[in-house]
Amino acid sequence: MVEPVLQIDNLVKSFGALRATDGITLDLKPGEIHALIGPNGAGKSTLIHQICGTLKQDSGTIRLAGEDIGALSAAARARRGLGRTFQVSSLAPEFSALRNVMLAVQARQGSSFGFFRPVMRDRSLIDPAMAILERVGLSDRARLPAAELSHGERRQLEIAMALALQSKALLLDEPMAGMGPEGSKRLTGFLDTLRQEAPILLVEHDMDAVFALADRISVLVYGRIIATGTVEDIRRDPAVRTAYLGDHA
Amino acid sequence: MVLTRENAVNLTLAVLLLAVPLAASALGQPFYITLATRIAILALAALGLNLALGLGGMVSFGHAAFFGIGGYAAGILASHALSGEPLLFDLSGTAQMPIIWLVAVIAAGLVALAIGALSLRTSGVYFIMITLAFAQMVYYFAISWPAYGGEDGLSIAVRNQFPGTNTMRPLNFFFVAYAVLLAGIGLFALIRASRFGAALVATRQNEIRVAALGIDPYRIRLAGFVISAMITALAGALYADLNRFVSPSMLAWHMSGELIVLIILGGTGRLFGPLAGAALYVAFEFALGGLTERWQFFLGLILLGVVLFARGGLLGLLAGKTKHG
Amino acid sequence: MTISLALEQLLNGIQLGVMLFLMSAGLTLIFGVMGLINLAHGSLYMVGAFACAAVAALTGSFWLGLVASLACAAAAGAIVELLVIRRLYDRDHLDQVLATFALILIFSEGTRWLFGSFPLYLDIPPLLQGAVALPGDATYPVYRLAIIAVGALVALGLYLLIGKTRLGMRIRAGESDREMIGALGVDIRTLYTLVFALGSALAGLAGAIVGPLQSVQVGMGEPVLILAFVVIVIGGIGSIKGALIGALLVGITDTLGRLLLPQLLTLFMDPSQAGMIGGAAASMLIYVVMAVILSVKPRGLFPPAHA
Repeated sequence: MVEPVLQIDNLVKSFGALRATDGITLDLKPGEIHALIGPNGAGKSTLIHQICGTLKQDSGTIRLAGEDIGALSAAARARRGLGRTFQVSSLAPEFSALRNVMLAVQARQGSSFGFFRPVMRDRSLIDPAMAILERVGLSDRARLPAAELSHGERRQLEIAMALALQSKALLLDEPMAGMGPEGSKRLTGFLDTLRQEAPILLVEHDMDAVFALADRISVLVYGRIIATGTVEDIRRDPAVRTAYLGDHA
Repeated sequence: MVLTRENAVNLTLAVLLLAVPLAASALGQPFYITLATRIAILALAALGLNLALGLGGMVSFGHAAFFGIGGYAAGILASHALSGEPLLFDLSGTAQMPIIWLVAVIAAGLVALAIGALSLRTSGVYFIMITLAFAQMVYYFAISWPAYGGEDGLSIAVRNQFPGTNTMRPLNFFFVAYAVLLAGIGLFALIRASRFGAALVATRQNEIRVAALGIDPYRIRLAGFVISAMITALAGALYADLNRFVSPSMLAWHMSGELIVLIILGGTGRLFGPLAGAALYVAFEFALGGLTERWQFFLGLILLGVVLFARGGLLGLLAGKTKHG
Repeated sequence: MTISLALEQLLNGIQLGVMLFLMSAGLTLIFGVMGLINLAHGSLYMVGAFACAAVAALTGSFWLGLVASLACAAAAGAIVELLVIRRLYDRDHLDQVLATFALILIFSEGTRWLFGSFPLYLDIPPLLQGAVALPGDATYPVYRLAIIAVGALVALGLYLLIGKTRLGMRIRAGESDREMIGALGVDIRTLYTLVFALGSALAGLAGAIVGPLQSVQVGMGEPVLILAFVVIVIGGIGSIKGALIGALLVGITDTLGRLLLPQLLTLFMDPSQAGMIGGAAASMLIYVVMAVILSVKPRGLFPPAHA
């Protein structure tokens, strides 16, 4: 059996009397896209916060490539190889698209304490950043400030920054959010090519995208995972049908 | 360098600041040389703060502490050099500016490391108030510690020396201050364009994103805060030598406020903003001060007007909006 | 050191704390409700002190002066809110700091213009002159006890106002959700002006009652303002309860530190050195306390839940 890249065991988080995360166990294997679905309020955001380190779990472990990262800061987790995108695009708005990706390249190279060499003359930052913008189809928008990009372009830029980190695992938080049908289709095709680069934990509402991409699906309801399995398993699972998919399937 | 409108304005400012004391010297008006020196030094102090405030978004209301520490470094070292008493163990004082500057910068850097490490655990209003409070702590310490003049301050009998020049001549001392200012502006430009600068500016724009990339915002901010304090301390050492006097007023919270005012008058985050702001401020002080004793009343009105209606500052008016790469 | 000296200093500490509470309550209320950092709060303290001194000198009555100080500070606060402050609610903290810093310059120079540069003096009203006996041969001024009583009354009044009245309910609603309160149809602009005037009146009251203990002069508000910042940072910005506890903590720590630290150091060194080092250390003590509290609780002792 292959060792999972990301392994979450028995994670618990309560807010007062509410158990937002109620003993979640979840893993992400090399080369797969593992989709996490669930109705609003199921606790997806809380779970993402804990995986990324912006919220501390009450108990349970989070391992990345075998290493316990459950007590590390968000930045330390990212350095260990956990890349992410945000549900609402989160960029440096004054920076150009290029400089946003360059910042990610710089972060991957591990040194932000260079004080004298101008980044805009640093080929070791510019070239990889341009290559990634090319891949996500943003190279002709490279010089525009992130704030002036369209919604869809900002989503693409988010993914470009995650790619630039060359992470061990990617956590994509609703990458399709707010994309039109055309954009969603294009993005689905693109994500399909990424799984060999890094396995993806995909949190998504767009069921077409989920069914097209996922190798496995986990269904989160009221802080618990009620089912995990292949697309077919999940489509057939009666508990899932009543709890969640009822009107979709 | 491309000659944009902003660059043209910057160049004009730099040349004007050099031309005024040269003309004043030729016309036998040493007072204007002192005025220009004051502008250069205040600009350097605000330039330091601008690194934290303009680039890093850290509204430090306590930079007077670093300005004053720089000033006291100059005053204390000079007084020991004069009296011949050792400062610590066998170390003696000195009247050599380069050594004084080094001591000022290191001392302020260490204090900034401690203040920053605590203050940067918070943000927003907490950060503003805590930096203010810590600066006040340094202020009260200076007042209640009698060894170096306490409330009365400390005179520097003979202006400290810079190798190869007679600093007692106002024009020579201006050249020293002007050169340090230009070096400071150059350093600021280098840092802004560097990897560290990119991380610092990005941290101001979106801290969560920066952390998600694996860059620790706290460490970036702390480093920015310390460098910022060091530059302001260097200005403090020069300011003490300009006045040949250092007192707790250099550490007072009004000073912290004035440094922020200089940046805002000039234009936040801009390379030459502090110089533009300092020039404007000293000109106000001089022009209004000549007309009325109550010039601070009008300064308050003008400042209020700038904050409420002209947020780009002087460079915003002259050079237009900032552009981003 | 005798018990009576310690008791006297403890009371002095409480009296300083009470005065700081009057300042910090307004600051923290204004921040909690409007999200505004107001550096000019110290100026309103000064306005209160000058109004009290001027009216008391004119009429011969401290009590009329006290009324005038409340009225003037509240009016000055309301005018400033209408003209300047309400343009700042949506601005970032930097703009708020600068604009209110500008207000300090205007208030200070304006007051100097009106009253000149010489300090004014206020007498303790006849009713509150004299002293009461403390255990062990010492006495304590009635006036300082009265200040403590005023502080306790104001604390109780604020507790009732915010906990039990309609205005208080709106204030609490405004703290937790600015948009919701607007949607409820409460005139939020009037509410903000009222809260600002209330905070200003408390600052003015603090200035007036301290007037007889020290000289009334331009700039008197600034050291108090910074202490009030320390208080609300310790207490948690936005929390009245935090302001009360923080104020007492700062007042007592500062007063007793100045008494005890130099004496403590005489155990280790000769008296003149102990006095010097102890004095310097005592002046830094409250900031050290602040640093320690912040390193454990970065948002203060009683951080408001929604912040």
